[in-house]
Formats: sequence, C-alpha cells, structure tokens
Amino acid sequence: MSDNTTSLSASRTITRRQFTTAAAAGALVTTTGLPLRSARAATPLKLGVLLPRSGHLALIGQACQRGAEIGLPMLRDMGYSVELMNADTESNPDVGRTQAEKLIREGANMLMGCFDSATTLAVAGVAEQKGVPFVVNIASEPKLTEQGFKYVFRNFPSAGMLGKGGLLLYKDIFAATGVTPKTAVLLHINDSFGMAMLGGINALMPKLDMPFTIVETIAYDPKARDLSIEVAKAKAAKADFVMTVTRLNDAILLVREMVKQQVETMGIISPGAPGMYDKQFFKALGKYAEFCTTNVPWFDPKQEMAKTLEKTFEKAFPDESCDLNVGFTFEAVLIAADAHKRAGANDPQALTEALRATNLTKRAMLGGAIKFEANGQNMNLISAAVQNLGGKPTVTLPSASAEAKPVFPMPPFKGRT
Amino acid sequence: MDATFFMNVISAGLLTGLVYGLMALGLSVIFGVMRVVNFAHGDMMVVAMYAAFLLYTKLGIEPVPALPLVAGGLFVVGYLLQRFLINHFLGVTEHIQFLLLLSVAMIITNVVLMVFGPDARNIQLDASFESYSLGFLVLDKVRVIAAFTAGGVAALLWAFFRYTTTGTAIRACADNPVGARVVGLNVEKLYAITFGIGTACVGAAGCLLLLLVDVHPHLSSDYTLLGFIIVILGGLGSLGGALLGGILVGLSEALSGVLIAPSLKSMFSFGLLILVLLLRPQGILGKKP
Repeated sequence: MSDNTTSLSASRTITRRQFTTAAAAGALVTTTGLPLRSARAATPLKLGVLLPRSGHLALIGQACQRGAEIGLPMLRDMGYSVELMNADTESNPDVGRTQAEKLIREGANMLMGCFDSATTLAVAGVAEQKGVPFVVNIASEPKLTEQGFKYVFRNFPSAGMLGKGGLLLYKDIFAATGVTPKTAVLLHINDSFGMAMLGGINALMPKLDMPFTIVETIAYDPKARDLSIEVAKAKAAKADFVMTVTRLNDAILLVREMVKQQVETMGIISPGAPGMYDKQFFKALGKYAEFCTTNVPWFDPKQEMAKTLEKTFEKAFPDESCDLNVGFTFEAVLIAADAHKRAGANDPQALTEALRATNLTKRAMLGGAIKFEANGQNMNLISAAVQNLGGKPTVTLPSASAEAKPVFPMPPFKGRT
Repeated sequence: MDATFFMNVISAGLLTGLVYGLMALGLSVIFGVMRVVNFAHGDMMVVAMYAAFLLYTKLGIEPVPALPLVAGGLFVVGYLLQRFLINHFLGVTEHIQFLLLLSVAMIITNVVLMVFGPDARNIQLDASFESYSLGFLVLDKVRVIAAFTAGGVAALLWAFFRYTTTGTAIRACADNPVGARVVGLNVEKLYAITFGIGTACVGAAGCLLLLLVDVHPHLSSDYTLLGFIIVILGGLGSLGGALLGGILVGLSEALSGVLIAPSLKSMFSFGLLILVLLLRPQGILGKKP
C-alpha cells in the first residue's frame, strides 16, 4: 500500500531526466515534422470570406454568404474542418481590398470571394502581394486568370466561357423548340461585369455563327433608378427577342417596364447574368417572371450533393432562393476545405499547392471534376438553360440534366394568369 | 425611331419631371424665404419614402392616400428642426449652415441604415404593371398618378402662398424680414412654418417617388444633387422655376437617353446646369440678386 502510494506519487513527479527525455522526443518530433503535420491538420482552416453584404450588391452578397454558411455542417460530416472569418466588401473594391488585408492580418489562411469582378480583382492583388491563396466563388473578369496570378483559383467561368456557353445554348433552345428568331436587342449593365460580357458576346457572335443578329445594344447604369427610356429604345428596335445582362434590381425594373410599355417579345433570354432566377425576381414580378431564361452555370439536378444542398438550404431559408450564388459559394468553401485537408497544414504555400492539385469529382454544379489549369481556372464548367417555370428556376437544357422542356416563344405578358 | 416613339419618350420625361419638380419645390421654398440651403433635402425624402413604405406594408395604405399623413409628419419634423436647431444658425455664415445641414443629413442616413438595413425596398401595386393607352401614347399608370398628384400639390402650395394670410406673411418675411418684424409678424414662427412646408413638399414627393423607384438609404445623395440641379436651373427661390427645372431635367434625361446613350443621361442634366449658369446664372425664372 505504501509502495503503491509512493509509486503513484513518483509517477506524478517529473524528474530532470524525464524532462530531458521528453524535450528530446519533442525536438525529434519537431524535426521530422510528420506527427506535427497531423497535429496541424486538426487546426481548422481559417477562411476569410469577402462578400458584398451591403451596398448595391447586398442581396446577392447575402445569398453568397448563405451559401458559405449552409454547407458547413455538410462539410463537417465529410471530415472537413473550416472556420469562416466573414468580412463585408460593401460592394466597393476599395473596401474589399482593405478588408482582405485586415483578414490576413487577423490570421486568415486563405481568402474566398468576392462575387463582383472589380472587388475580386482588387482582392486578388492583395492575395498575390501577401502570398495567400484566394478561391474565387463568383467573378467572370477574364484578367483574374489571364494576368499571371499565382495564388488565384477560380471555380467559375470567365466572361468568355460564360458568353460562349451561354450563346451556344441559344442555338440549343431554338433547335429544341424548332423556332429560330432573326433579330435581338441587347440590354446590358455598364459595370465591369456587363462590359466584359458585352465584349465576349461581340467577339463570339460571328465566331459561333449565331442564327440571329443583334440590331441594337443598350447600355445602362446598374444603379439606375428608372429604365423606361432604355425599354422604350429597345421596343423601338422591333427585335424578335430580348437579350439581357443584368443584376437583380435592374432585371426587375426591366421586365416591369416591358410589361408597362406593352413590349411583347418572343423571349427574354440572358446569356449568363444574375437576376432573373432570383427568388426576389419571382416575388416582385409574379406571373411576369415566368418564361424568362438565363443560360448560366447551375446546379446539376442529377448530382446527390446538389440535392442535399438544396434540401438543407430550403429547410434553413424557406424564403430565399437556392441559386448559383449559393451553389458556387458552397463549392468554393468545399474546394478550400478539401485543399486544407489534403495539405494537412495551414501554411499558405502548402495550401496553394494543394489547391493546384484539386480533383473533386463529387460536386453540386454542372460540369466535370473540379480541377484547376496552370492559370488557376477550372475549365470543367458548363452552362444550363434555366427557365422560370412554375414559379421556380428549372433546368431545361442540357437535356441530360433537364427537368422540363424549354418554352420558346414565351406566352405574351398580356392575358397571363 | 418615328414620331410616335418620340412622343412617348417626351410624355414619360414630362411626367417624371413633374415629380422631380415637386421634390425640388421644398428646397426652393426654404431657400426663397430663409436663404438656407437644405443639404439634408434628399435624406428627408428618403425618410418620407420609408414612411410611405411602412404605411403600405404594415397598414396597407397606398402611397397616394398616405401622402397627407407623410407630408403632415414631415411638416412637424421640419417645424421642430427649424425651431430648435436651424433657427440658431440663421445669422451665421453660409459654410456653417452647410456643415450643420450636412451633419443632419449624415445622421439621418445612418439612422435609416441602422433601422432598415442596406437593401432596396419597393412596393408592388396592381398599378405597377399597368399603363394607359391613349391612341399611340402608352402612359405608365403610376407615373401618371404621381405626376398629377405632384401637379395638384404644387397648385395647392401656390394657392397657399397667394391667398392665405399665413402665406402672405411668409412672402412678406421673404421680401423684407426687418419690415416683417416691424409690422409685428412672428418671423421665427413663420420661418418654422416655412421649413415645415418645405419638408412637407419633400414628404409628398417621397410618397410619389416610391411608386417609381426602389428606396434604400444611400438614395439620398442622388436626390439632394438632383434637387440642386433643378432649383439652380429654374431659379433658386422660385416655385415656378422649380417645376420648370424638374420638367427640363426629366425631358433632358429622356431625350439624351434616346438620342445619345441611356447610360449618359445624367450627364446631360449637368451639361444643362453649366449652360444655364453661363448664360443666366440666376436660373431661368430666378430674379437677379
């Protein structure tokens, strides 16, 4: 009894020899690095999330934020460990740049964002300067992957890819419905996204041998209070159908104004821009939101991950739309978490290398496995023709993933019930 | 583009211009009587828009019937603001007044931001999707309602200044404040009523603008600037000038949008302003100082 007590007591006391042995073992572990690596992997990835949660892009920024947060339990179940550090870019590139610097100062291992191209470019500059990897959730500015950035990875089509995918789908819609219009009028916003899209459309129209011509191009400010003149001008062009490159608020203004000015058209089809698939668009326009089509990268209704994500989202946010903003932001967090898991470290260089080696076959959006080219662009992304049918955005093309057949020409506004 | 098209564009510009004119009337009234430039003008209009938004969403009162309520509320706010704050700064130099009202504007914007958040809000009425067809003219129903109501409010204001004792007394204060005091008028009270009338006009305009545009806290600076362009064009202190300025800006936005580029339409309002400042600095209907 007495011996046991002594023994127990002795085992609790650290002698000089035991301390030296433990210190030596610790030094060995530190030098070899292996056990330390696995210890670091247990440290969650600190992901700096930069989104425009206020300002004129607030609605979409908040949708992206929901996408970043909704997938966290799913990612935890998949064995990933991520901690989000959220920052609001206020729809302003200068604020985005400052917030990115602040997040890095506060310990972010990786950045993710920023929805709009101008802010994303500003943040990419900071990421390059500080050597911190940056996963772009949504931004189509071509320069992001053409400028030689080493730390920028984009799982979203560039304006060129978006334009090409979107334009080719026009041909598919016309082929599927057997109706081919001859002329179009293009209404587009004049911010960096809108101008990049315009450049892409103008360059691609002749190359893709499109069956219609654009008879009038009308640019407008995305913060415009009133689009009556723009719509009057579009009406005067007497084109067969309307092409749009919008954000959310102006998309609502445009269609509302078209109804008021009695503009009857064969269709309203966007080659790949936000707005018309948003729940707010349906709420604001009701029956007039129907049949508008957006050719845009979208969920793959056949993918299990997409179904789980949509179900989880619907339960958590019944009044919000589970759209591409949610989907691509979720995937951006997935990509970051996956790179962190494979890197087994929070070191920016290791994370960058792991991002470069990404190969995610199970995903939520349409396209093949997520892989990055040398320039940081994922090329495995395809667009879907998403038409508003029955009060929700519905994949009508490609036919392999379609939930319904496309409707073109659309029924006139007048007399809709 | 044919003549029919231009007639439609011109009519839309005229209708929008009338609402712009009503918005600028308040600014003109306050300056005309008190020589105070209200830099919180757009912010007060945004408050009115949110008030109309709440009356519709919470109580189901549409903006036009809500107009007297909102205008009345803004009158009280304007009256108290003048009586207890601005009145103390009437004799000081202009830049002090400028800083004071700019501070008021910033406080209003930030309070609105805290209460309502940054999102744009709008109301959906059945009329929001309707239009009147008059032969070849297609007129937006809400724009017609807004323009006619704006015209009515402007007419009432004119009648108030022309035919009522208080209106006459306010005009006397504007013409000769010292003389007004000598004959026994309570100038401070009349100034407070004037400021109240100015803010009530802004309140009325805010109700009507909610029919046309979405409201968000940062809208205020756009409309303060627009208000200044309009009153400088028409002539600071002139009621008719404010309406004329509004119509000119509405028309210039509409026509430049069609003839040049819609994205450049605001630029033409500024161009017009520079032209008027060069050729007639006191404004089209303004009096030489």
